[in-house]
Amino acid sequence: MSRKILELKNVSKIYGNLKALADINLSVNAGDWLSIMGPSGSGKTTMINIIGCMDTPSIGSVILDDIDISKENAASLTRIRRDKIGLIFQQFHLISYLTAVENVMVAQYYHSMPDEQEAMEALEKVGLADRARHLPAQLSGGEQQRVCIARALINSPEILLGDEPTGNLDEENEGIVVDIFRRLHDEGVTIIIVTHDPEVGDVAQRKIILEHGKIVDDIDQSATFGEALKLRHNN
Amino acid sequence: MASRHGSRRRMYMKMVSSSLIRRASRLIIAVLAIAIGATILSGLVTIYYDIPEQLGREFRSYGANLIILPRGEAKITRETLNSLRDLIGENKIVGMAPYRYQTVKINEQPYIIAGTDLSQAEKNSPFWYIEGSWGNSQETSRVMVGHEIAQTLNLKLGDTFTVQGVKYGQQAEASRQDLSAEENQKRDLARQNFAKKLIVQGIVSTGGAEEGFIFADVDMLDELIGDTFRADVIECSIVADAGELTNLSTKIEREIPELQPRAVRRLTQSQDIVLGKLQALVLLVTVVVLIITMISVYTTMMAMVAERRREIALKKALGAENKLVMSELLGEGVLLGFIGGTLGVFLGFEFALRVSLNVFGRGINFQWALIPATIAVFITITVLASIIPVRKVMDIHPAIVLKGE
Repeated sequence: MSRKILELKNVSKIYGNLKALADINLSVNAGDWLSIMGPSGSGKTTMINIIGCMDTPSIGSVILDDIDISKENAASLTRIRRDKIGLIFQQFHLISYLTAVENVMVAQYYHSMPDEQEAMEALEKVGLADRARHLPAQLSGGEQQRVCIARALINSPEILLGDEPTGNLDEENEGIVVDIFRRLHDEGVTIIIVTHDPEVGDVAQRKIILEHGKIVDDIDQSATFGEALKLRHNN
Repeated sequence: MASRHGSRRRMYMKMVSSSLIRRASRLIIAVLAIAIGATILSGLVTIYYDIPEQLGREFRSYGANLIILPRGEAKITRETLNSLRDLIGENKIVGMAPYRYQTVKINEQPYIIAGTDLSQAEKNSPFWYIEGSWGNSQETSRVMVGHEIAQTLNLKLGDTFTVQGVKYGQQAEASRQDLSAEENQKRDLARQNFAKKLIVQGIVSTGGAEEGFIFADVDMLDELIGDTFRADVIECSIVADAGELTNLSTKIEREIPELQPRAVRRLTQSQDIVLGKLQALVLLVTVVVLIITMISVYTTMMAMVAERRREIALKKALGAENKLVMSELLGEGVLLGFIGGTLGVFLGFEFALRVSLNVFGRGINFQWALIPATIAVFITITVLASIIPVRKVMDIHPAIVLKGE
């Protein structure tokens, strides 16, 4: 039985008269691969911001690795995010004046101590060792996203959190990134991905559908999980 | 632990320097603003410290500012003159001309011949208008006559005239009845009188008392009158302000009691007033330049923080605390200040040198202390001007900024 890494209890997020999230209950076990889907404005990003310690719920509690992050202040949230969350962005958000390996080392620098060898190993893991000394502008979109994944992984986070990680990629690079997620999942990394793309959503172990700030469906895809991956792989 | 800190420090330096080097085109304006500010500041400071020296020398063109008289009846000897020169110091002396005044007769009319060191007198009085040229210590029979004398005696350049007089310490004796007039003249010249034919080398016009004197080499005069060096007065042109001249006068009175120094207050006070006003002006311009540089750096840093909101948001999303991100931006400010300040020191010296050459016609000494001082000032200015923009980091929320498409 896997341990519970994340639990959202009756979480709501209210902006004035707008309820971005309404009474969300969700629990995620360590090693799970979860996709969160839903139309624009359904609350996906709000949810991922709360899970990623970049926002706090208006009501309810969020337990991340046994810490109630809904009660923490901004400085503590920064610390928790640094230690427990690896972030992947749709726009990659690499620092333009640092090389690929330096971009990975930045995350180490803010976490503990930069180690170039470890950063190189992380890049090797995403197949980019030979592009380590290139600046982001010299890398393709897919390569930039792989650097972003390497950066998210470098501090061995409890949860890898992706906000539309394949949103800016072509099909080929999308396949590469999904393949990396598969390998990470095999290694026991907990992955939570927000996506619009049904193909990316389908390859996850579990799929959450959000609408108007509420979970309208929570689909266990364990049965088809391997098949979907294989199908993707063959394509 | 040391390696851990070293590794973090290296990464910090890497981020700060890479940000500047790889974004050089965006930061060129900031560097230029700082460099121009530093150029003007270091240039003006160089001039500020050099103005008293430069202007002091300029004021020396208006004549001697220290007159030395003997105390009592005794005249000033060569030894005392040398002691005085040592006391004042060669580097402070623009000119030091001893004067010995001797009454002579030309065509049986009395005139005064001023024996002096002509080369030193020329340094003391560059404003004298000389028709012809100054005499020198090699051709001592070539002298300068005042415009008034030249007119009275109808002398022109190259004309000769004869000066006659009684030798130093001798009394005029009556002619002997048993000798002829010629024999009496020969006897007088040999025993008590002197006579010498001089050539007009230059005619002096000053609009002052100098036009009524004959100026000749002092050693020639001493020989002519049969005496050793004895000066009636020494005119000095010294590089010093009023305060320094007062101190120097006190020192001379204490060290060489037989001398009586008198500062020419009219000149020294004018010099101090002009200097004070010029230095105040330079100070004012310097303060204005510093303020303009601060405003320029402030706006550049504001633009930089606004332009890099996403990068800052990303760093915060990766777990960077506000103070760490602010320290990186301030580090960039320090580096900008260092580069701009360093450029400014050398450009500033070039600027000061050109100003000095054009205005004063003299070079200028490089002030080595200005290198660390200018760099430190501009690092401080850059950091101060960056504080408000850098504090904007605290207002950047990663969730809001990174969400933007």
